[in-house]
Amino acid sequence: MLAFLKRLWTIVRRPSVHYSLGALTLGGFLMGIVFWGGFNTALELSNTEAFCTSCHEMQDNVFAELKTTIHYANRSGVRASCPDCHVPHNWTNKIARKMQATKEVWGKIFGTINTRDKFLEKRLELAQHEWARLKANDSLECRNCHSSDSMDITRQSARAVEQHERFLFTGEKTCIDCHKGIAHRLPDMAPTAMLSSDGEDAGTVRAQLLSFIAGHEGAAAGARSLD
Amino acid sequence: MKTLARIMFGVFALVSVAAFAQDQFATMRSSTPLADNAAPRPMSKPENTDLRQVRNYPEQPPLIPHAIDGYQVDKNSNKCLTCHARAAVADSQAPMVSITHFMNRDNQFLASVTPRRYFCNQCHVPQTDARPLVENTFVDVDKVIDYVKSKEGAK
Repeated sequence: MLAFLKRLWTIVRRPSVHYSLGALTLGGFLMGIVFWGGFNTALELSNTEAFCTSCHEMQDNVFAELKTTIHYANRSGVRASCPDCHVPHNWTNKIARKMQATKEVWGKIFGTINTRDKFLEKRLELAQHEWARLKANDSLECRNCHSSDSMDITRQSARAVEQHERFLFTGEKTCIDCHKGIAHRLPDMAPTAMLSSDGEDAGTVRAQLLSFIAGHEGAAAGARSLD
Repeated sequence: MKTLARIMFGVFALVSVAAFAQDQFATMRSSTPLADNAAPRPMSKPENTDLRQVRNYPEQPPLIPHAIDGYQVDKNSNKCLTCHARAAVADSQAPMVSITHFMNRDNQFLASVTPRRYFCNQCHVPQTDARPLVENTFVDVDKVIDYVKSKEGAK
């Protein structure tokens, strides 16, 4: 193995004997175009709604839900497709997200959410990943279309104006804080469900709660015994 | 010949009366034959004023003065409560769910909205700008009392 690597290294180091510098440069340039173009084409191909919904996991669950929402059909006919919200548009961030998405390929191969039940069970965790991502980048994918500078609040309803003035323009909250579940159905939003899937053990929380109550009852009993 | 004319007139009269009667009892389908699909009317717009509406009688569930399109209210989540829940009111400045909604059927107060009051749209509804299909002769109770008082005063 080491000998093979050494031989490869000497070949790479040695100046070319048969090909001219021009041919090598031009060849390298052309191959560069072909590979770079191919890479970007494949990248863009995997960045389409048709690609996302080619898996039944997306087609039957989240895409079916999207179809009933305003991001799929509305009065002006502008429409957001999957990558518009779920993949950053900036190239570097896009590549980073694509690398993360290799986990999704793993999930596809091993059928992590290949049935409706499995999907529903996993849905909160998956949703929390997206909420965390949007929270961290200040709802960048929302703002790619919905700019707060271009937002004419005189055209909004009174309570929307009030909320946007209080929370959006001051930067106190970001879009996803209030607008969860606008494009897909929400998972179980009960605080207990949130706790258990946050990585915190639901059993531990319950135990803490019980000991807290027990402590209070003890104190109450103590108070009673005093008088 | 005269009898024939009379019979013809009678038949015409009957047919026109029948047609008139049909017009009289026209429903939302209007005069479209049963086998055909009537062209639907344009959908009426939801009232989205955010102004509280007066209750027509004290027990009336308050009307929703805003659009609620696409609101998810199911086992997983209740979109209404994201603003109207006790803990959410400070941020949203929306009216809090009535305290009666925390009571179970044994009049015990629970920590949050009781399951039997969970589905808001069972009682609370938004309004649209649709014209009423029939005239409404409802009279506010205050007007009834005024009327009764005026009658008593007249006596």
